Amino acid sequence: MTISEILTKIKDTSARAVVENSLKLAKDNQDYHALLSLTEGRALKRADEVDSGKISGKLAGVPFVVKDNFLAFGAPTTAASKILENFDAPLQATAVEKLEAEGAICIGKANLDAFAHGGSTENSAYGPTSNAYDKTRVAGGSSGGSAVVTALGVVPFALGSDTGGSIRQPASFNGVVGVKTSYGAVSRYGVVAMASSTDVIGSFATNVSDAEMITDIISGRDKNDMTTLPDFFTVQENVKPNQKIGLVKDFMTDDVDPEVRGAVNKYVEKLKLAGHTVEEVSLPMAEYALAIYYIIVPAELCSNLARYDGVRYGRRAEGVTTLSELYGKTRDLGFVTENKRRIMIGSYVLSSGYFDAYYQQAQKARTLLINEFNKLFETYDILIGPTAPTPAFKLGENTSDPIKMYLNDIMTVPTSLAGLPAISVPAGTNQAGLPIGVQLMGPMKSDASIFALAKSMENK
Amino acid sequence: MVSDETLGKYQMTVGIECHVQLATATKLFSGADNDERGKSPNSVVSPIDFGLPGMLPVLNRGAVDLAIKAGKALNSPIAHVSRFDRKHYFYPDLPKGYQTTQMYQPIIGPGVINIPMDSGESFNVRINHAHMEEDAGKLTHHGGFSLVDLNRAGTPLIEIVTEPDIHSSVQAKAFVVELYRLMTYAGVTRGDLYHGNMRFDVNTSAAPKGSNELGTRSEVKNLNSFRSVERAIEFEFRRQVELLEKGENIVQETRGWDEAKQRTTSQRNKEDSQDYRYMPDADIPPIILSDEEINRIQATVPPLPPFYRESWKVLNLDSTVTNALIADQPTAQLIQRILEKSGTASAARRVAIWQLMAVEGQTDDSGIVQNTGIHATDDYLIELSNMVEKNELSSTAAKEIFYEMNRRPDIAPRDIAAEKNLIQVSDESEIIKVVDSVLNDPSFAKAVADLEAGNEKVIGFLVGQVMKKSQGKANPALAQKLIKERLKI
Repeated sequence: MTISEILTKIKDTSARAVVENSLKLAKDNQDYHALLSLTEGRALKRADEVDSGKISGKLAGVPFVVKDNFLAFGAPTTAASKILENFDAPLQATAVEKLEAEGAICIGKANLDAFAHGGSTENSAYGPTSNAYDKTRVAGGSSGGSAVVTALGVVPFALGSDTGGSIRQPASFNGVVGVKTSYGAVSRYGVVAMASSTDVIGSFATNVSDAEMITDIISGRDKNDMTTLPDFFTVQENVKPNQKIGLVKDFMTDDVDPEVRGAVNKYVEKLKLAGHTVEEVSLPMAEYALAIYYIIVPAELCSNLARYDGVRYGRRAEGVTTLSELYGKTRDLGFVTENKRRIMIGSYVLSSGYFDAYYQQAQKARTLLINEFNKLFETYDILIGPTAPTPAFKLGENTSDPIKMYLNDIMTVPTSLAGLPAISVPAGTNQAGLPIGVQLMGPMKSDASIFALAKSMENK
Repeated sequence: MVSDETLGKYQMTVGIECHVQLATATKLFSGADNDERGKSPNSVVSPIDFGLPGMLPVLNRGAVDLAIKAGKALNSPIAHVSRFDRKHYFYPDLPKGYQTTQMYQPIIGPGVINIPMDSGESFNVRINHAHMEEDAGKLTHHGGFSLVDLNRAGTPLIEIVTEPDIHSSVQAKAFVVELYRLMTYAGVTRGDLYHGNMRFDVNTSAAPKGSNELGTRSEVKNLNSFRSVERAIEFEFRRQVELLEKGENIVQETRGWDEAKQRTTSQRNKEDSQDYRYMPDADIPPIILSDEEINRIQATVPPLPPFYRESWKVLNLDSTVTNALIADQPTAQLIQRILEKSGTASAARRVAIWQLMAVEGQTDDSGIVQNTGIHATDDYLIELSNMVEKNELSSTAAKEIFYEMNRRPDIAPRDIAAEKNLIQVSDESEIIKVVDSVLNDPSFAKAVADLEAGNEKVIGFLVGQVMKKSQGKANPALAQKLIKERLKI
């Protein structure tokens, strides 16, 4: 259901009835393992407050789910890790606060790859989430749980975080809209940090207008996050006609699943029918994007994970006798294999003597990639391509091969490194019935015009 | 023990790093109270300082402004673009697992400051740079366990790093004393050394005189008094020379200062040194400053010690006196005001000499002036000086009135003088009576005889008796003249 349908239902029945229904759907769909916890008590209390008029706003009574790396009340914030297993947040993420200020009701916390490290939600310390269309397949990730609850209709929208594709890829795998905002559009305050320079907050919804509305609510300058941009997002009602759109041919090679390419080409045809011009463009630096990403992101995340030491909060290893044992054992127990792999890579590329060779070089290459994007956006309004090279793969299919898993991010990582806004919109299914996503990418702060184009193309 | 003669064969070289806690109301990246003095453990800690998940730093602009002021005090330029970096290591007093600091693009430097010595000479110390960073918390060890107090975590610091331009412990002390004055004058720090507002790390090395290369250095960390800086350097120099004389090598290492034993002890050597895996902090945008902004902030820095030294040349004070007075900023400001308002060097000089005693009486072991209690108004002080100028007061009486004026600032010096009956009698007819009574007093007959016999020194004694008899009111110069006239000498 869409947000407006939910709002109608609340008017006809009550917020409590709607929230209870959402909670029931969550429980009925437990076997997908999309949620790590329900915030039932708090949700019902807030629903009653909506019904009594104490809480109001644009989203009064509308249930939603947050990825469990958002600090939120009502249940622990685990980041799907053991180290934060019982961590109760003393405050809420800015994005959650803004939604609550509009009356929205958080009903639960969604599964993810532990600390958002992964692209399938199989790296959750609490077990994987299944795809909404095929339980033997992955949800995608790292925001897999948020995508699945939206696709299953448990809630009309959910929040996620996207560092290299963690919203867009699961959105494409589960047939929902997934939004990666411009870097700095939405406050990161209160979201467990992965990579500070590419982390963005975004949403999942069943249609573009809902995702646009959520972006409108959660975006804006936040004094608690110095990297937030001055307010710039305003909903754009009308699509700019006769746009020049670039189809990124580097994302349409033979390595990409033919049915995925077919879905993109179909979308391109519709764009042309709508009066837009679509031309093939080249982004040669895209070839290096994954290499850049897997230097910079591990460097930043190993730094951001250094605070999980068992000293002040979280799970601490028992029976240790020295300080280094306390750190070593606590972190060994608290992190999953993928966390450790990335911490090791990050520590390595930052070590004395390697910093210049890896980190600095990667930053220079990143600048070249950004320059290439900027050059393209001198000519094109928007770029288009697939969101992921394939539809959802089988659970366990890539878990033994991290490189294969990383390759799944190849189309989402470039915009993350450049900080650009991008959304994944559903573009039909393959013959097996698995959803395919098309990705629309724009220049910095063009979030609203991407939504406008996507809206105009919806249901065409 | 090596002899002083052996020490004399070696050249000492010292570079100093100084951590200065900035006097901001709140911490570097959070809104928590920045004054931990007297607070119970972990009571001034925000979720940001605590390193909770999802927390982000918000740079305290007040700390940046103080760093800009420090740049002026250090005679060093402010960078138009500076950035924060992360320095990683694990320790329980470091909540985030990294210290936010400025490794690659610090906010201040390079520059040079001139350091005056009590001898009147001065020398230059080059400032390599000064960067902003956050302080760590504190650990206390209790046998089987340790406790963490994060009150200090996130306190803003600037770390000032000098070039190795210091070549004696006396120079080192002069440097840290001057640095203290510069930082407190500019309002950069509260300057409470006992609470660690300024902490010094000294890098000392010894090399045979005439050698072109520096010796291997040791670093003594966390010294929090001027005296310990001086002592630690002396100890290290002697220790290193001893080793060199024995033909042994100096190990590059970090050492600690044992205040009780007055010696340094090894803490860790270079082989154990950590790889801090420095990286840019993407959570904090660069600090971008225009010349206009820098000038606007630096214009609010009050006059600094070098200004007073220059201005007071007309007072003709000894350099030790000047330095003693400059040790106290309110005193320096007072003397400067008197100089400017009275327009005469003599009035300022008199006030300087009076105030010197107050300053000296209030200087603590570490060389810091506690409270010189200036309360007297500038106008009354100028009036007091004028009374001395016009021979209305003896210098002794003036001092007494000066003290009284600071106790009762509302009373004019003339009124205090009248009340205490201290106005000097310059009326010859009054004084001659006292002179005659002294000269005719049989108990001073011998002195009178000696004077008449040509022993000029005795006149001082007789003047003293006149003063005593007049209860200090007689003008001593006049008394002397009258004695001479009476005895016709």
